[in-house]
Amino acid sequence: MNLHEYQAKRLFAEHGIPIPHGEVAFTPEEARKITQDLGGRAVIKSQVLTGGRGKAGGIKVAQSPDEAEANARAILGMTIKGLTVNKVLVDELAPGIRQELYLAALIDRGRRLPMIMASAAGGMDIEDVADKSPEKIHIAHIDPTIGVRGFQTTYLARAMNLPREVWGDFHKIVVGLYDCFKTNDASLTEINPLIITGEGKLLALDGKMSIDDNALSRQPRLAEMRDFDEEPPTEAEARRTGITFIKLDGNICCMVNGAGLAMATMDIIKLYGGEPANFLDIGGGARADQVATALRLILSDPNVEAVLFNIFGGITRGDEVARGILSALEQIDTKVPMVVRLAGTNAQEGLALLAEADMLTAATLSEAAEKAVAAAKAARETGRKS
Amino acid sequence: MSILVDKNTRLLVQGITGREGTFHTNQMIAFGTNVVGGVVPGKGGQVFEGDKGNLPIFDSVREAREETGANASIIFVPAKFAPDAMYEAADAGLPLVICLTEHIPVLEMINVRSYLDRRATRLIGPNCPGLITPGEAKVGIIPGSIVTPGTVGLVSRSGTLTYEVVYALTQRGIGQSTCVGIGGDPIKGMDFIDVLKLFEEDPDTSEVIMIGEIGGNAEEQAATFIKESMTKRVTSFIAGRSAPPGRRMGHAGAIVEGKSGTAEGKIAALEAAGVRVAANPDQIVDMIV
Repeated sequence: MNLHEYQAKRLFAEHGIPIPHGEVAFTPEEARKITQDLGGRAVIKSQVLTGGRGKAGGIKVAQSPDEAEANARAILGMTIKGLTVNKVLVDELAPGIRQELYLAALIDRGRRLPMIMASAAGGMDIEDVADKSPEKIHIAHIDPTIGVRGFQTTYLARAMNLPREVWGDFHKIVVGLYDCFKTNDASLTEINPLIITGEGKLLALDGKMSIDDNALSRQPRLAEMRDFDEEPPTEAEARRTGITFIKLDGNICCMVNGAGLAMATMDIIKLYGGEPANFLDIGGGARADQVATALRLILSDPNVEAVLFNIFGGITRGDEVARGILSALEQIDTKVPMVVRLAGTNAQEGLALLAEADMLTAATLSEAAEKAVAAAKAARETGRKS
Repeated sequence: MSILVDKNTRLLVQGITGREGTFHTNQMIAFGTNVVGGVVPGKGGQVFEGDKGNLPIFDSVREAREETGANASIIFVPAKFAPDAMYEAADAGLPLVICLTEHIPVLEMINVRSYLDRRATRLIGPNCPGLITPGEAKVGIIPGSIVTPGTVGLVSRSGTLTYEVVYALTQRGIGQSTCVGIGGDPIKGMDFIDVLKLFEEDPDTSEVIMIGEIGGNAEEQAATFIKESMTKRVTSFIAGRSAPPGRRMGHAGAIVEGKSGTAEGKIAALEAAGVRVAANPDQIVDMIV
């Protein structure tokens, strides 16, 4: 789960990391009031869970409360990468920027350890820095039993060529960031940029934080921070039903048990010339009601031209899935062609149940994909003729 | 005939009285696995009434190991308690622990790994289907009906995708030495390299199928290992070519982050190491025949 900038920065502040004064505004009037309280000048920053806000015009500096109100009016309601801006962060302006740095705590999967990643090339996309000049990125792995140690922050500060007068504060910020990372079960805490102000102080100007979804059950405070406005309603409903669903732009839906098999099913749809419309894992032991919900969700997409069911029964039973498909079809009136491929536990029983329904069947995954792509094409052509 | 589990495996089930624990204990016994007891703190002295007879339940793994001579355990407990179960099994000195539990926080797994690395315990999982040696032992939930004894070793990050491939092999009469599901989490116990090494050393495994997916760099590391240290033929499939970047595809570990963890990168690394990579799972079997 990703947090908004304002949420991330507030958590940073709880761990002693200096952030600009600021408040969240939901209306232009609120933005004006906050700017007044901040002394008349502010930066208005859209709060949406995507990058590239600046380029999209979602971040604007205001030299007066009037301008803050106008900026907020322009930004609120705008769409950035498909997400509507519902709130802005109104932050005080930084007292001059002498240097922009990058600092993050994240997990090194290969080494199986948390690490601090730091760079003097802050303020830009760190992926680009890693790509073009990897020597500018410096890493210190953290042993969880001892945490961040002074020699590590000294190493990073030296490598980044930081002025010695900020080394002490830099150490505190790195310790605070790791602490924030660990306490909140984050998979990423990132400050970009961390600036050295005109007064020679360090300040976290922008923040990003992702929380490990598997830890939300033990982080109730963070679970409450989820912004439901930012999650497509279909994905939210799937999550509540215990299904993993990710909406994509293609024309062929797939419903599969198991994440790996679901990915492989998407891949094979593409291989046969279709485009997957979603990722959907109904999980192990999928019950009929879950299957029905899943089918309703995928059919709510108007671009869908065919549905492919690929169920490999292990814990999941083919007859149970078949019952789910049938009960869903009783509730949903659809003409979208469907291809079913059932294998493994109780597959024959499942196929027998589905024999009555108007569905295509396939013995293998390749055959299923081929049939689904052909059915989608036929449906499209019929659609054109009529 | 196999790696990791066989006729000599004496298995404990941690969480034997839970719904999944009970069901799959019976399934494992039906397959022929030698399950010697269960562990449920607080229920020591009770008896597990299985389909094929009773099993003793112990309060602790240590006690269970001393009483039964167990040499492996499988964990069927919820995420909240699974790390404790893994620590306990390692502390009791079991050489092999299999954890099926899904949704264990990553930072918790970092601690578990670090603890296990200082001991002689091998972990498979978490968030995995376990492993199976056809004709000998099944430790986990891979359906016993889809495997058949033979000499192809299989290692995979996925569950049902593994079933898909194993089933196709069996239908074509190609048997398996051992099938290992290492799980879909970013931080786990045994990784591809660890399992590949065992297959390379196993005289009864003739060749290996490796099923990977997007996220992390375990496939790339495996490619280096295969190139440098493997003589046996490796055939692979990588799931997630069509996955969009930045989205977690069901498995906690299956995510393309920026430019890292892509299917293309993994396929290129494997092909450069001489591994044949199938374009779809059905094709793997054609490549093995």
